[in-house]
Amino acid sequence: MTIAIVCIAGVGLVAAIVLAIADKYLSVKEDPRIGMVTAALPGANCGGCGFPGCDGYARALVAGTAPNGACAAGGDACAAEIAKILGVEAAATEKRVALVKCCGTRSEAIRVGDYNGICDCNVAAATAGGDKGCTYGCLGYGACANVCPKNAISIHDGLAKVDKRLCIGCGKCVAICPKRLIELVPASATIHVLCNNPDKGPSVRKVCGVGCMGCHLCEKNSGGKEAGHFTFQGFLAKVNYANPPADAQIVAKCPAKCMVEDAHFESGN
Amino acid sequence: MKTVKSQFKFKGGVHPDYNKELAREQPIERLLVPAELVISMSQHLGAPAKCLVKPGDFVRRGQVVGEKNGFISVCVRASADGKVKAVEKRLGPAGGKADAIILDTTEKPEGEAPAVADGPVLPPLDWKTASREELLKRVEEAGICGMGGAGFPTNVKLNPPPGKRCEYLILNGAECEPYLTADYRLMLERAPRIRLGVEIMRKILGGPAVRIAIEANKPEAIKAMEAAFADIDGNVEIVVLPVLYPQGSEKHQIFATVGRVVPEPPALPIDVGCVVENVGTVAAIADAVELGEPLLDRVTTVSGGAVATPKNILAPCGTKYSDLIAFCGGEKEPVAKLISGGTMMGFAVSTAEIATTKTTSGLLLLPRSKVSQYSSQPCINCGRCVRACPMNLNAAEIAKAVESNDIKAAEDAHVMTCIECGACSFSCPAYRPITQFCRRAKNSIRARIAAEKAKAAAAANK
Amino acid sequence: MKPKETAEHYILSSSPHAHSNSSVSRIMLDVILALLPTTAVGVWFFGMPAVWTIATCVSTCIVTEALCRLAMKRENTIGDLSAIVTGLLLALNLPAGIPLWMAVVGSVFAIGVSKQVFGGLGMNPFNPALAARAFMLISFTGPMTTWLKPLWWKTPDAVTTATPLAAMKGMFAADATAHATPHAAQNALEQIPSLCNLLTGNMPGCIGEVSAIALAIGAAYLLWRKVITWHIPVAFIATVAVYSLIAGGAPAYAQVLTGGVMIGACFMATDYVTSPTTSKGKLIFGFGCGLLCMLIRQFGSYPEGCSFAILIMNAVAPLINRWTQPKPFGAK
Repeated sequence: MTIAIVCIAGVGLVAAIVLAIADKYLSVKEDPRIGMVTAALPGANCGGCGFPGCDGYARALVAGTAPNGACAAGGDACAAEIAKILGVEAAATEKRVALVKCCGTRSEAIRVGDYNGICDCNVAAATAGGDKGCTYGCLGYGACANVCPKNAISIHDGLAKVDKRLCIGCGKCVAICPKRLIELVPASATIHVLCNNPDKGPSVRKVCGVGCMGCHLCEKNSGGKEAGHFTFQGFLAKVNYANPPADAQIVAKCPAKCMVEDAHFESGN
Repeated sequence: MKTVKSQFKFKGGVHPDYNKELAREQPIERLLVPAELVISMSQHLGAPAKCLVKPGDFVRRGQVVGEKNGFISVCVRASADGKVKAVEKRLGPAGGKADAIILDTTEKPEGEAPAVADGPVLPPLDWKTASREELLKRVEEAGICGMGGAGFPTNVKLNPPPGKRCEYLILNGAECEPYLTADYRLMLERAPRIRLGVEIMRKILGGPAVRIAIEANKPEAIKAMEAAFADIDGNVEIVVLPVLYPQGSEKHQIFATVGRVVPEPPALPIDVGCVVENVGTVAAIADAVELGEPLLDRVTTVSGGAVATPKNILAPCGTKYSDLIAFCGGEKEPVAKLISGGTMMGFAVSTAEIATTKTTSGLLLLPRSKVSQYSSQPCINCGRCVRACPMNLNAAEIAKAVESNDIKAAEDAHVMTCIECGACSFSCPAYRPITQFCRRAKNSIRARIAAEKAKAAAAANK
Repeated sequence: MKPKETAEHYILSSSPHAHSNSSVSRIMLDVILALLPTTAVGVWFFGMPAVWTIATCVSTCIVTEALCRLAMKRENTIGDLSAIVTGLLLALNLPAGIPLWMAVVGSVFAIGVSKQVFGGLGMNPFNPALAARAFMLISFTGPMTTWLKPLWWKTPDAVTTATPLAAMKGMFAADATAHATPHAAQNALEQIPSLCNLLTGNMPGCIGEVSAIALAIGAAYLLWRKVITWHIPVAFIATVAVYSLIAGGAPAYAQVLTGGVMIGACFMATDYVTSPTTSKGKLIFGFGCGLLCMLIRQFGSYPEGCSFAILIMNAVAPLINRWTQPKPFGAK
C-alpha cells in the first residue's frame, strides 16, 4: 500500500517537473491580444466572417488583415469591445437576421412532381428543376437548416422558417440555398415581402396562391414611388431595408397575401 | 474491313432489363411539324447560344436563331418555319432553365414563298474536293453536337488541339441504355449515310483507323453495317462488344475496342488518341455536308410500358413531349414517371410540356409497376455497388461520406472520376440513391473549384 | 384563391430509373433459406430443446428489434428480416440444452446492445449474433459448454458429453510428446468422430454448427444467389487447414469440420456489415479469421476460437477496407 502510494506520487512528481520545464522552454509566444479578442467574440465559430472560427478571425483582426465589424453574430457591442482592445475604430454594424422570402406552404403553392431522393434542396433542385411549381420558391428540403450553426432554421409545412432569436446572421444559409431566396435583413425590420418570384401575376398565380404579382399596391399605400420604401424586380416587390416602410396598415392591404408583419418564427425552446 | 470480337472486358458493369423489343421493330417514322415548337438555346454542352430573334419575328426553317456563344458552344437553327410567339426561360429536360423560342408554326413567314419548303438550307459540299477547314466549318454551321446524350460540340471534338493526333475514330453504336432503339434503327435504315459520315470524319481527322462498336445483342445492325462498309478501304473494323451496361460510356468503349485507358479527369479521349462519336452524329455530319441539311431533326425512341404504341420518331428538335406521346397514340395506362433519355442516365421530368433537344435520344413513359423508389435505408456494406462500378470506385464509401456531409472524403475517394452511369444505385439492395450522392459531391466540388477560381481571379485583378 | 394542383404527379428522381430488384429483405430471406438445412439437421440431432431454443431466439430478436425502434422513434425495421437472421444465427450457435431464459438474455443483447445501440442494421461494428454468443459464453460459461449428445433422445442414458474440440486441443501439446506417450495421442485421436459423422454432423456441438454437408449446401445456395462471394469462406477454411497441417495435432479435416469453422466461414464472417467490401479485403479478412481461430484453438484457454476470431476481425474490418480501396479505372 505504502509502496503504491509512493510510486504514484513519484511518477506524478517527475511528470510535473517535466511539464514545468517544458512550459518554460517550449512555450509559444503569442500576442496576448489574440486571446482577448477571441474572448470578446461570441465563440459560435459560425464562420460567417469568412475566417475559420472565432480564433481565426481574432488572429486576422490582430494582424490587421480583417476589418472590424465582420462578426455578424457579435454585432455592435462586440465590435466596440474589439475596437477598445485593438485601439481602432469600430465600423457600425447592425444586427442582421436571415429571412426566407417565400410563404408558399404545401397547401398554398402547388407541387408538380413527387420527389424521391436525397433530402437536400440542391440535389432536389437539380432533379427536373425541383418538385415545386414555382421555380423560385422554397423547396423545403432543409439545406439551410442543415448548415445553420445555431439550429435557428426549421422546416414547417414544406417551408424553411428562421428563429430570429437564435439567428446570428452568419449567412451560411444564404450561400447554400439553390433558389437564392434567403436574405440577411436588419433584425429591426418588421415588414417583409415573402416572395421571390419575379414573373408576371398570372403565371405566379398558376403555381402559388400567395405569390407577389407586382401590383405596386404596397408602394402606393406607403406613399408612392417617391417614398422609396419598395423596389421592384420584374413583377416582384422588394422591401427597401435602407428605408423600410413603417405603416403596418399596408400589410393587410396586400392582395397577394405575401406581405407580413414580422416573418420570423419562434421555435418553442 | 472485318468484324472482330472485343478483346478487352472492363471490370464491373450491370445487366439491366433491356426492354428493346418494345420499339426494336418499329421503322423510323417522320412526325409532321407540330403547331408549336419550343427551341431551346441550350441543347448542347457548354455555353447556351445567344438568342437572335424577338417575339413577332418570322423565321425560316434552318435560319440561325441562336448564335454560338463561346468556344464550347454551337449555334441553334429553327427547325421549322413559323412566327416567334415568345422568348422566355423554359425548363429543359435536365432541370435547368434556359432561354427558349416559342415558335408558332401555323403562321408562315410572309413575303415570297420559299421555293422548296424543305430544300437545302446550306449549299451542298463535295466532301472529296472540300478542304478539311471547309468541312469543319460546315459541321460547326450545321449546329452539330454529340447526339448520344452529352451534346459536346462536334466541331471541337473533330479539331484536336495542336500536338494531339487522332489515331482511332470510334463509332458508338452500342446503345446500351435500356428501351432505346433510335441508334439501332438508324444503323439498320441509314447505314450508307453513316458510312459517308465516317469517310468525311476520317478526312477531317487526318485518316485515323475506324472502329465501329456495336453490342452483340444487335446482330441485324451488325449485318447492315457490315454490308454498308464492305468495300471501304483503310483500317476499319466492326467490334462486337459483349452485352454489358455501360458499354456505351466513352471511356469503356475506348477500352473495349482498342484496349486504351483514358486517365482520370481532366484527361480526355484525345489524350490517348481516340475520338468517339455516336452513330447519329455521324449521320448528321453526312447530311450536313452532302445535302447541306443542318441538324434540325433527330430520331427519338418513345417507349416504356405505358405508351400505346412505342415508336422511333424522326421529329424536329423542339417538339414537345406531349406531341410525341400523342403521335404514339397516347398513354395506355397511367404514367408514373416520364423520362427524357434512357432509364439508366435519363432525366425524370415533371411535365410533358418540355421539348426535345438535339440530344434527346428517348422518351420513356413508365407505369407504376416499372418504377422503383429510393429509400433512406442505411448501407449494409454488401459491396454490390463496388463490384458494379465500371470506374472501380468505392461507391458505398462515397455515398456514406456525402450523407454525412464529408465532401472532402468523397473527393479523396475519387468521386470526380464517377461517370454517373447509375450502376451502383441499380444494384443497391437498400435502394440508396448512390448515384445522386455522387452527383451531389461532384456539384459541390465543382462549385468550390469555381469559387476558388473566381477568388484567385479577383485577387489577380487587384 | 388557390391554384389547382393536378392530382397525379410524375415521380421525380435522379437517374438511374431502373433497379436490379435485389433488396435487403430478399438477401436476408436467402440467408434464412440457406440456414434451413443445417437447422433441420440440428433439430434432428438435438430434438425439441433445439426447436425451443431457435423459437425463443428468433421471437425475442423480433420483439427486441420492434421495441428498440419504437423507443428510438425510428421506423420499424422488422420487415427487412435481419432480426430473424440474427435470432436464427444466434440459436444455431448455442448448445441445444441451454436454459431458455439465457437464450432470451442473449437475444436481447444481440439486437439491443450490439445492433440497435449503434443505429440498427448497417451500423453495427460487430456481428450481433456472435457478439451475443461471446457475451453468453463469458456470462454463462457452464451452460454454454454443456453439450447434448446427438440423437440423445433415442438413447436417453448419457445425455451430455464433451465436444471433440476439447480433445483436439490436447493434441497440439500431445504432438510434441507423442513418442513418449503414444497412448495419449491415440486416445485423443479416437475421440475425434469419424469423417462420416463429421460431415453429417453426428457429434456434439452447437445446434447449427455440426453438419458440414448441410452448411455446405446452404453456402452453395448463397454463392449461387450471389449473396456472398467465395473469398471469405475459402480464405478462412484454407487458412485453418494449412495452419493445422503445419502445426500438427489433429488432422486438418477435423479442425475444419468441428466447432464453428464451417458456419463461421460461410455465414458469420460473410456478414456484409462487419466484413470488408473489396475482394482483396475479403481475402485478408478470411485469412485473419482462420489464423486467429487456430491460434486460439492452440494457445487460448477456450477449446474453440471461431467466434472470438471473427469478432476481432470485425474490429479490424474498417482498417482492412481502408487498406484495400479499389484503384479507379484510369487512375495512376
